[in-house]
Amino acid sequence: MAATEHERRSGPALELDGAAVRLGGRTVWSDVSMRVGPGEFVALLGANGSGKSTLLKVALGTLALSAGRASVLGRAPGEASRSIGYLPQRRAFDAGTRLRGRDIVRLGLDGDRWGLPVRAPWGRGAARGRAAALRVEAAIAMVGADGYAERSIGECSGGEQQRLLIAQALVGRPELFLLDEPLDSLDLPNQAAVAALVAELCRSTGVAVLLVAHDVNPLLPYLDRVVYLARGRAVEGPVEQVITSETLTALYGLPVEVLKASDGRLVVVGQPEPPAHHHDRHDHSHAHVG
Amino acid sequence: MSADPANPRLGWNVLRDVGELVEYHFMVNALLAGAIVAVMSAAVGWVMVLRRQTFAGHTLSMMAFPGASAATLAGLPVAWGYFAFCGAGALIIGRVGGSERRTWSEESASIGTFQAVALAAGFLFVSLYGGVLGDLDSLLFGDVLGISDGQVLVLASVAAASLAVLVVLARPLLFASVDPDVAGARGVPVRALSVVFLAVLGLAVAATSQITGPLLVFALLLMPAASAQTITARPIPSLALTLLFGVGVTWLGLGISYFSVYPAGFFIATISFAGYVLVRAGAALLGVRRARPADPMPVDGVIA
Ligand SMILES: Nc1ncnc2c1ncn2[C@@H]1O[C@H](COP(=O)(O)OP(=O)(O)OP(=O)(O)O)[C@@H](O)[C@H]1O
Ligand SMILES: [Mg+2]
Repeated sequence: MAATEHERRSGPALELDGAAVRLGGRTVWSDVSMRVGPGEFVALLGANGSGKSTLLKVALGTLALSAGRASVLGRAPGEASRSIGYLPQRRAFDAGTRLRGRDIVRLGLDGDRWGLPVRAPWGRGAARGRAAALRVEAAIAMVGADGYAERSIGECSGGEQQRLLIAQALVGRPELFLLDEPLDSLDLPNQAAVAALVAELCRSTGVAVLLVAHDVNPLLPYLDRVVYLARGRAVEGPVEQVITSETLTALYGLPVEVLKASDGRLVVVGQPEPPAHHHDRHDHSHAHVG
Repeated sequence: MSADPANPRLGWNVLRDVGELVEYHFMVNALLAGAIVAVMSAAVGWVMVLRRQTFAGHTLSMMAFPGASAATLAGLPVAWGYFAFCGAGALIIGRVGGSERRTWSEESASIGTFQAVALAAGFLFVSLYGGVLGDLDSLLFGDVLGISDGQVLVLASVAAASLAVLVVLARPLLFASVDPDVAGARGVPVRALSVVFLAVLGLAVAATSQITGPLLVFALLLMPAASAQTITARPIPSLALTLLFGVGVTWLGLGISYFSVYPAGFFIATISFAGYVLVRAGAALLGVRRARPADPMPVDGVIA
């Protein structure tokens, strides 16, 4: 059994040093150095195809670096998988999937262990079974999913599924959350609610969070730092230093303007979105700027 | 009480009818083999439905036909053909689905191609036999009343081995089935599990073919699981219901076929289908009654 009382390490939860990844003969990003400290809430931003999901896969150990070094919870990537809560990108369950939300959450607790989840109905076995059930209950309550945890997961709405999946990621009491666009497909109030939920988990359980997002605004009140990926490079720092006209213009290599609305929301203007003509644009921008 | 197997008569006394059934060794073997196979294919089918691999299961059942005809052609027991071809088919499908970025349409396209080739091979073997394969019926619909003690033993060992594998793999297999990305990230060997499960599926199809014939395998592999999963989303009750349906349908079908001139597979498939239709209709009815205005999702801690 994992330690019930989690000791938080003092070293970084995730650290990349001069890291690079090649996929299909192309360098997705290179010379990336970043870190997520213990208990920190860091957002990973960038346009489509900039390599955000790729970075999470590196941290999970399912993708190898082509250069540089990565360490996760003080170990090599892939060696700490039981201490990571992972939420992959855009994952809707088929409407016909006949398992309850509760069962999906439970898989996050002991789904990787061999054998049937049956225990002797007496003694230690029973006590452990009850403890496991209580942890699943607690995780469901934390994300506010009590109302639909008994329903078949395929029948839950996208936002309800998202909450159950966050519960699945947190039920194993991870030390690091890797959340790939958890705000995707949620309406604005729910984006705010899920952002607040993750921030609250980060604060109350001390879990370090690396959260991929397209829009930084719902996260603004909670973020310690952001990592911004563009053109195969990354910049890292506090929001007010990274999401500025100067930094983003330098990063993208073409004029980008950051406007601040009166309510504090940030609007990025001129940010190149479609990733397909990455290199063309690169040349263009040089023609423009230079 | 002198029953005549050549001229069985169904009476009103159910106990007497059942008594007549179990008076014959071939019937006892059929009921035993039926129950063994029903339990095995129910359990395997339950996972298959959850994994959405019914198409792979269907293709494997198509493999049983060339398997049976090849074995007949070679003068070997039909069961050998079932196991050899379904086993090989499972490994091939496992290979096909093995690419890193597996898409569902890609997988079904290659499995479908494979299925066509398998069927063609089956008919080739049948025609090679010279068109005098008198028992094409039993190749297609099984020969449950001709099961020997030895076959019962073989089926029992295959079923025991398959169920043991399923029990050991239970949780990781479930995890990898419904949530492969997260399971993989947690260190579950998703690829290996998929290959092992296909092999077990191949064994289940081969075993079921001997009861229902290759054409009606789904009566025991798919329908009990699909019905049970319609009734409940709770894993344990739904598994229990699947087993119950499988064994119930098999015994009922075998019993009725004893008193009729039609093959057991026909009754097993018909009863199984009727059960599924009933369950779906019931679910639709209940669903209509349960439908209620959608309540908005609770939103806590909204930040304006
Ligand atoms: N298996 C692969 N083989 C080749 N190229 C790949 C592979 N996986 C991803 N890529 C490429 O790597 C780049 C980064 O992909 P990634 O999924 O990390 O982007 P992302 O930042 O998460 O984008 P999005 O916002 O759309 O999710 C893309 O250009 C993508 O086409
Ligand atoms: Mg992505």
